[in-house]
Amino acid sequence: MQKMLTKGNYAIAQAAINAGCDGYFGYPITPQSEIGEYLSKKMPELGRTYVSAESELAAINMVLGACSTGKKAMTSSSSLAIALMQEAIGFLAADELPAIIVSVMRAGPALGYIYPSQGDYNQAVVGGSNGDYRTIVLAPSTVQECVDLTYKSFYLAQKYRNPVILLADGMLGQMMEPVEISDYPYPEVSPEYWALTGAKNREPRAIYNLEPEEEVLINRVEKLFEKYKKIEENEVDFEEYLTDDADLVVICFGSMTRNVKSAVNKCRKKGIRVGMFRPISLWPFPAKEILNLAQKTKKILVVEMNMGQMIKDVKLAVNGKISVEFYGKPVGQWLSVEEIIDKVRGET
Amino acid sequence: MRNEKNIVFKLPDSLKEGATFSFCPGCDHGLAIRIIAELLDEMNLREKTIAVASVGCSVMLYRWINTDCVESPHGRALAVATGIKRTNKDKFVFTYQGDGDFASIGLAESMHAALRSEKVTAICINNTTYGMTGGQGGPTTIMGQVTTTSQDGRNVELHGYPIKIAEQIALCEGTIFSARGSLDSIDNIKKTKKLIKKAFEIQQKGLGFSFVEILSTCPTNWRMTPQESHERVRSELMPIYPLGIYKSEEERGKRKEE
Repeated sequence: MQKMLTKGNYAIAQAAINAGCDGYFGYPITPQSEIGEYLSKKMPELGRTYVSAESELAAINMVLGACSTGKKAMTSSSSLAIALMQEAIGFLAADELPAIIVSVMRAGPALGYIYPSQGDYNQAVVGGSNGDYRTIVLAPSTVQECVDLTYKSFYLAQKYRNPVILLADGMLGQMMEPVEISDYPYPEVSPEYWALTGAKNREPRAIYNLEPEEEVLINRVEKLFEKYKKIEENEVDFEEYLTDDADLVVICFGSMTRNVKSAVNKCRKKGIRVGMFRPISLWPFPAKEILNLAQKTKKILVVEMNMGQMIKDVKLAVNGKISVEFYGKPVGQWLSVEEIIDKVRGET
Repeated sequence: MRNEKNIVFKLPDSLKEGATFSFCPGCDHGLAIRIIAELLDEMNLREKTIAVASVGCSVMLYRWINTDCVESPHGRALAVATGIKRTNKDKFVFTYQGDGDFASIGLAESMHAALRSEKVTAICINNTTYGMTGGQGGPTTIMGQVTTTSQDGRNVELHGYPIKIAEQIALCEGTIFSARGSLDSIDNIKKTKKLIKKAFEIQQKGLGFSFVEILSTCPTNWRMTPQESHERVRSELMPIYPLGIYKSEEERGKRKEE
């Protein structure tokens, strides 16, 4: 397979095409606009759908429409505009529709700026729609992972009939790296038994979530949570690095992994026994694995480009067994390898 | 014994057998859904239809319509319809919305679907109020109308002006057909059915966006009997929202196709 040099945003767009995306619906916002630009040219050439939506509200609801017919559909956006999509994300979860939402984080709150940041962990993982629901969230750390996890997003969305958020950031979206774009490696999951295709030779189907009957509504939510349990059992994904003998384990996600790994390598050369752990699936969260870590290491340091969001999930997993420290900042230049090394030294 | 030949009135196949409407007595929603269902039968569209329900009294369309159906978030019905039709060009797609859904919270989605000339049909029930939530003032509430949020009557200082939906949608370049009908009399029910038929045909021919607004009653929130409500449609609404075809440009639609 040929290696090519490309931006994260283009890599995601091409991976979506290879994954068989039937329709892309989007609205521009920096730092993810290249995804829509790329697909606006390529999708029509392939006889597939591209629509420049009038807003993010429209874009995500066009995705809802396409998904309801069993078509693979995707949108991409960023931060404050992902905020606009929250109602529909709740609909997608309640309706069990396999939508792909690419979220390329910028700095907040609100307009903030186009600096890269990891401030939307809560927005993606906890979500801002109402009621009890879950979205699968995958966080790449390299342009190659932008491709691999786009593929995985399409597969998991289809497999579980659940919306999936690919949580990238402005740095990944805009940086160029060598990447191999393979064919889509996952099996196709047929939507035949639930998709709206016209009531020909079968009873009509309806996709809706309004439910006046209390018992039916309770059963529906409980059924959703049975599905979520299966996802938690089967789809946890993580990377563990030099943790076996570590006195301190640094936990991070997404792009932050890059500098943390370099810092761990440099610390190891200086004889500091430090390791790294990163959730790749932010939900389902690798809570069991982090609890196991807490039983073999002495201390955990969570490093995020935000004011401390994932750390809450880490603390829940560790459950008070060892101390969990935090190092982060909200916006701007990423925490450097040197800054992380200094922090690690201070903690060991 | 029942002789099929003697049946002069029956439930359309496009209405679910045994389903009962949950609308208030005298509400026109049931009539509107009935004539839509009759047309889906007559035009042989039922098996290729994907209907889009919206939020408001129209929300439970899937309980009655005997076709595939998806429920849209409030105001986004035409975005949902766009997503369906663009990825399923062989399907027949229509939205069933109220005036609050279509012309207030969803006005951007409605107008942009018209401007993009999406090959779908939108049907909007205009009863000049938010019915399901208990009769608040909406985008089509007429000047002077008393509602729970315009208790001294709608006035310009507080509420501004109502929207004339069929006229506004007709202004969109991509609209091929825009009309307003009413369900206040047998004659107008027949005429409205013809308007919807025309709108459906335009979609069938792939010409572009087609739209029908239907003046309807809300006896419960208007605090009127069904008869008084239909009288109000005639005496108060029709002078402000005149019935008729505001745009019908099939020929232009055809040229655009070529």
